[in-house]
Formats: sequence, structure tokens, C-alpha cells
Amino acid sequence: MELVKNTRIDFMSLKKYAFAVSAALTLLGLFGTVQVYRGQANLGIDLAGGTSMQLKFQKPIAMDEVRGILAKAGHKEATLQGVPGENILLIKLRAGANSEEKMVADPIVNLLKSSFPSNPFVVESVSEIGPAIGHKLRQDAALALAVSALAIIVYLAWRFEFKFGVAAAIATFHDIFAMVGIFYIFGIEKDLLFITALLTIGGYSLTDTVVVFDRIRENVRLRKKGTFSETINLSVNEVLSRTIVTSLTVFIATVSLLVFGGIVLHNFALALAIGILIGTYSSIFVASPVVALWRGEKMTEVKR
Amino acid sequence: MWKSITWRVTLIAVLTAVSIVVLAPSLTDSLPGTWKEKMPRINLGLDLQGGVFLRLAVEIDKAIENTILRYADDARSVCREKGLPVLSFQKAGADGFSFRFPPGDFAARAQATLKEEFPSLEVSLGEVKADGASVTARMKPAEVQAIRTNAVVQGVETIRNRIDQFGVTEPQIIAEGEDRIVVQLPGVKDQQRAIELVGKTALLEFKLVDEGASLDEATKGSVPEDSQLLYQKSVDPQTGRATKTPMLVKRRALLTGDTIKTAKVNFGNQAGGAYVSLSFDSRGAKVFDRVTAENVKRRLAIVLDDTIYSAPVIQERISGGEAQITGNFTADEASDLAIVLRAGSLPAPVKVIQNVSIGPSLGADSIQKGIRAALIGALLVVLFMALYYRFAGLVADFALVFNILFLLAGMAAFSATLTLPGIAGIILAIGMAVDSNVLIFERIREELRAKKTVRAAIDAGYDKAFWTVVDSHVTTLITAVILFQFGTGPIKGFAVSLSMGVAINLFTALVCTKVVFDYLNAKKPMQTLSI
Repeated sequence: MELVKNTRIDFMSLKKYAFAVSAALTLLGLFGTVQVYRGQANLGIDLAGGTSMQLKFQKPIAMDEVRGILAKAGHKEATLQGVPGENILLIKLRAGANSEEKMVADPIVNLLKSSFPSNPFVVESVSEIGPAIGHKLRQDAALALAVSALAIIVYLAWRFEFKFGVAAAIATFHDIFAMVGIFYIFGIEKDLLFITALLTIGGYSLTDTVVVFDRIRENVRLRKKGTFSETINLSVNEVLSRTIVTSLTVFIATVSLLVFGGIVLHNFALALAIGILIGTYSSIFVASPVVALWRGEKMTEVKR
Repeated sequence: MWKSITWRVTLIAVLTAVSIVVLAPSLTDSLPGTWKEKMPRINLGLDLQGGVFLRLAVEIDKAIENTILRYADDARSVCREKGLPVLSFQKAGADGFSFRFPPGDFAARAQATLKEEFPSLEVSLGEVKADGASVTARMKPAEVQAIRTNAVVQGVETIRNRIDQFGVTEPQIIAEGEDRIVVQLPGVKDQQRAIELVGKTALLEFKLVDEGASLDEATKGSVPEDSQLLYQKSVDPQTGRATKTPMLVKRRALLTGDTIKTAKVNFGNQAGGAYVSLSFDSRGAKVFDRVTAENVKRRLAIVLDDTIYSAPVIQERISGGEAQITGNFTADEASDLAIVLRAGSLPAPVKVIQNVSIGPSLGADSIQKGIRAALIGALLVVLFMALYYRFAGLVADFALVFNILFLLAGMAAFSATLTLPGIAGIILAIGMAVDSNVLIFERIREELRAKKTVRAAIDAGYDKAFWTVVDSHVTTLITAVILFQFGTGPIKGFAVSLSMGVAINLFTALVCTKVVFDYLNAKKPMQTLSI
């Protein structure tokens, strides 16, 4: 069986459109990133600080009633989420920007216990994080991203050449920003697992890019005629079936995670799934065109 | 050729045998005792078995402040003994205090005395004025630094002692950075109780009740300089309602908990409840004896972390070195109190800045969902490969089985902690595991299209894909290692399984599959390849 056979798609001629799309995604992502860093985006409580609780009731719960009770106790900003059919209630309280690091889970549990005497519940999980920790975790994440980028550029500069390394890093960051942008636009919660997903996708997309670069280098050595863009087109087409098959297997695995992994892993799996699509796109439409623009069309050999 | 095949098959067989030996204890309990005990095991993370994760901030400044206040107290006593009248006391910055003395040579004499008595203080004489002079004492920097280090190191030690007595298997208590302590208690069911046990400063003090001053005035805000307003908390056993009674006590502690030798729970006081009996060491017993002798008929407040537990009237001199703390305790409360008293007080108060508690039922639910997702994901990938690459796909699937086996065994060997994100990492590793084979197979297809013989195509495919495979794996490995270095908690777990998966991938993709093709070719060169 073969999904793609002997394609001759002129990817390089599509680069205008690709660059427009990518620029929009990256700008959106940059804006989203700034918002995340300022703590303005929909951040999970592990990044923003605050309290989240998962309660499992015996009987169905009236969310409005819970909301009213919490508001009366001074927790107007609480967000509630129910898991249909399972009588599970998720309560999230974000810590204010300059609020004290205080723990509120206990009083809330007691409040709900006395408010619903006929509908007992068990506390399945509690997570309370002070805003200072949230801030530190955000900084750590930013640092991890920066160090990864540097390490990758160094490795690829050594294995290929500097321009390839930088282009790969650009493609990788393009993916990370695009994911942040998409999650920001749709208001999906961004937590520590989301950052994990970002770095994973960074690594994955890089793998994809490296495979294309490898083939470009090989083809540059074999063909002395023609333009660099033609070589890129040839190389991308040659590895296209591999790119699609690999993306498909990884995509299958993450979709399984998305569907069967439960609520805890839902956003994480979603981020991975979206990221794989973006990573595949960027290794075709972003990484190599950047190299072509930078290197020019002359067929000079890629040093090793 | 045969030699090389035998060699590789032997290597795979040995690795498989070792993996099974290492992995078995993590999967089943029905193994011979020594095997189970000697072998490391995959630990389940808190998210998979329930438990508590706490990050505590040690309030070092409070420890420094407490120390300097204690120095000030002692210094004042010394001055009083030498007949040097201290007019007033003032804090001087975070780590010092100053005394004012009346005119004359009092200040100079005080300076000399304090210098001699307290070698860890720097004592300096202030400006001499007509109405007197002041003496400022400051802790030496080395002393401040010692308190800083000690606050965290001793805090970890104290909490570990408490947890050991509380009875948690495999707790993890470690210092983090300069002023943080991370406590992980897997499998703890009564989580609130555990949190309270860890977070209590457990500074036990015996203080005289100040009966000279008016309590009314004090609650309105005018507390005498050498006294403080504390509250006695009592819980009505019938209604469960807590009441707080204000009480004025002397600021100076007559005796503190560091002289306690043992603390145990007893039952059957007047109310029939539990109480804690203490016995002091010889120094404490001596002090207690003197204190009770001097203060018969006065009330002595037993203060733990600035809350009064009881304030009995001293009926007579107590010389045996024993005391009791009564209160409306439940058996659990009394036993926790005894634990913290035995384990000693924290050198500085701690504040819980991160608390993640996961109930055991959620853990069980998560692990079930995670494993199901992993199995389904793996199965789908296996099916896809078999459909897409036919026979070669089956060979890749065969390698995948070893891949998963080696990965789990590797995690067991390093006693890695399996978390929910870790399971996600395994799933992702499975997805990427076949990537190397895809790369190789696509190359082989190209070579076959170029009309090479099957055997040559396979060799060329592996050769040409080799560096691509290495490059792609190394880059992923770089991000995984960085994730491990900078990540915390769930991210670390994910990074561990991902990086191990990537490394094992390299081996299974390049060695396990190739040996199958080589074996078939060695018997009789293949004419066709289903790929």
C-alpha cells in the first residue's frame, strides 16, 4: 500500500502563501505568549497560582447552586466544570495578582459538605499553588525553551551548517508560537502539561525538519545543476510519503490518548494532536524555504 | 554473516532476559522474596496512586527574627543580673537589637559584659548623650548564614522524623533551592491530617499567664510590653464547634519543647479523652522543677505554635520531670501532637505554597484510563504498520514489542516514577518508534524502485537512513534532556520516559529489524520483499 506516489508538487512556489499563513500564526502566537507571560491568558492554576479541586458527588449536582454558594462565600471568580454522567465537579480558583498565598481548598470543602448534606462527595484531588510558584514555573518554562533552541542550533550547526540550524530553530519556534496562538484564540487552558506538549512538539517537528534537511544535503551533493529551490522541491517530494506516514502513526497514538486518556490528559493530548499537524506543515513549508531565502539559489555543497 | 547474526540475536536475547528479570517485580507480586526485594521497581507517581505533594517555603526571616529576640531576652536577663538597668529595648534591623541605658558607665559596662557572654554577637556602643547611651548588638554574618542553612537542613530532618513516625512508605522529603522543602507522600489517605502534621512548627513553650494586667484592655489593644495576647482554642466534642478564648501570657517562655525527652498519648483524663504526657530531659526537669516551685498557685500556659492548649493552675512543685497537655483531643489529634513533640520543632515556620493532593480513587481511575489509552494507541499503530508495509510492517511491529519491553524494564532499572504524563510519553514514544522504520522502509522502497536486488535494497536502505535516524533521535533527545533538567513533577516524568524511549528506539529500529532481514537473506537471498 502506498498513500503518496511519485509526487511532483512545487512546494517552493507556494511559499508566499505559506509565509503569510505562518506570519499570521506566529504573530498571534507572540501576542499569546506575551499574554501568557503576563498571566493574562487562560492559565492553568499550576502556572497562575490558585486552587483547583475535583470532587465526585454521589448524585447529580446543580452547578448554579454551587456557583451561588461559592459566590456568597466570596469566590465569585470560581470557574466550575462538570463531567457529564460522572457527577464530577471541577472547581478552579485563580489567585489574584497580588493576593496573599493562602489556601482556600479546606474551607470550600467544608462549605460544600454542609451545603449538600444529602449529596455526599469525596475529594478526588486538590491542587493549590501560590502565585509566586506559578511565576517561577513560567520562568522555568521560558528558560527551558530558550536553552532547547540554543542546543538544537548548536547540534544542527555541527551536523549541517549554521544556516540550517537557525532555519530549523525558526521552524521549531514557529510551531511553538502557532500552538500558543491557537490555544490562546480558543481560550483553552494552558498549564504545565501544555508546556510539556510544546517542548515535545518542538522535538518532534525538529525530527521532521532534520529528515528533510538530510535529504536536501544528499541531493545537493548528487545534483550539481539546477537551483536550490528545485533541489528542495525534489527532496521534500522524495520524503513526503515518509513524512505523512510518520505523522499519521504519531497522530494515531495521540488521538487514542485524546479519546481514551480521560479528562486529566485531554488538553495535553489535544495540544499534541494539533502540534503534530503544525509540525508536519512547518517542516515542509517553513524550514526549507527559510534556508533557500537565506542561502540563495546557488548550489553550493552543504558542508558537513 | 552468520557470525554477525548470531552475535546480534544473542545480544537481543540477553537484553530480553535481563528486561524480564528486572521488570517482573513491577508487574506481579507472586515472586520469590529475594527477587522481589533485590530488584528495583517502577514507582507509581502520585497521580497514579494518590497521595500528597507539598512545596513548603521556609520563612527564614522569621527564624532569624526569633533568634535575635531570644538573644535579646537572654541579654536582658544577663544585664539584670549584673545590675545594669535596661531602660528600653528596640529592634535594630532584621538581625539586631539595641538597649538604652541611663547616664553613667552602664552602657560601656553592658557592652563589655555582652561581648563576653555572647561571642556570636557584635556589640557596639552608640553615641553617648546626656540622657544616657545605647548598646547595639548584631548577629555576626556567619551566625546569620548558619541559621539560614540550618533552617532548611534541620527542617527537612524534622519533617522526615515526623513522617517516619506517622508511618508513610517511601516518603520523599528534599530541600529545594535555598528556602524550599518539597514533601511527597505517596499513598496517604488522610491527606489533610498529613498536611497539618508536616506544616506545624511545633514550637512548644511554657509561659506564665499574666494575671496582673486587664484582659479587657488587652483585647482592645493595649497589651503590656512584656506580655502577649494568645487564644486558647477548644472544640466542643458534642457539637464540634470551636471556640477561642483570649488569654494574656508573659512573652518570655520559661521552658521550651527542645528539652522534651519523650511524648506519648494516654487516655482517660476526667473527660475520658486523650492527652499527651511529656517527660523532660535532665536539664528540662531541673528547670521545670524550679519554675513550678517558684510559681505555685499561678497558671502556666502550655503554648504550641502560639495557640494555648491548656493553662492549668500549678498546684504544687513538680519535680519528676513529667507534664501533661490536656485539651479536647481526639485520639488522632493527640497522637499527631505527640509525634510533632517527639520529632522536635521546625527551626523556622513553613508555609505551604503548593499542595497537590490526589485521592486514591482518582489515581486508580487515571491509571486504568492511561493504560487503556496506551494499549489502544499501540494496537492502532501496530495495525497500521502491518497494513501499510505488510511483511516489513510486521517486522517493525516485532521490534516495537521489544521496544516497549526494554522501555518498561529501563524505567524499572532506574526506579523511575511512572506518572500519567509518563504514560503519555510512552504512547508518544510508540508513535515515534516506528518512525525510524518508516524512514528505512521508504528508503528500501526507493531502492527497489531503482531495480536493485532485495538484499542490496535492504542494505542500502539501512545505510542511507542511518544518519537521518541518528540526527532525528538526537534532536528529540536534546529536548527530552532539557525537559528533564528544567522541568518539575509531571514534566520530569514525561521527559524520563520520552528520552529513554528515544534511546531504546535507536537500538530496536536499527538492530532488531535488521537482524530479521539479514537472517532471511542469509538462508537464501530473498527474491521479493513484501513492503
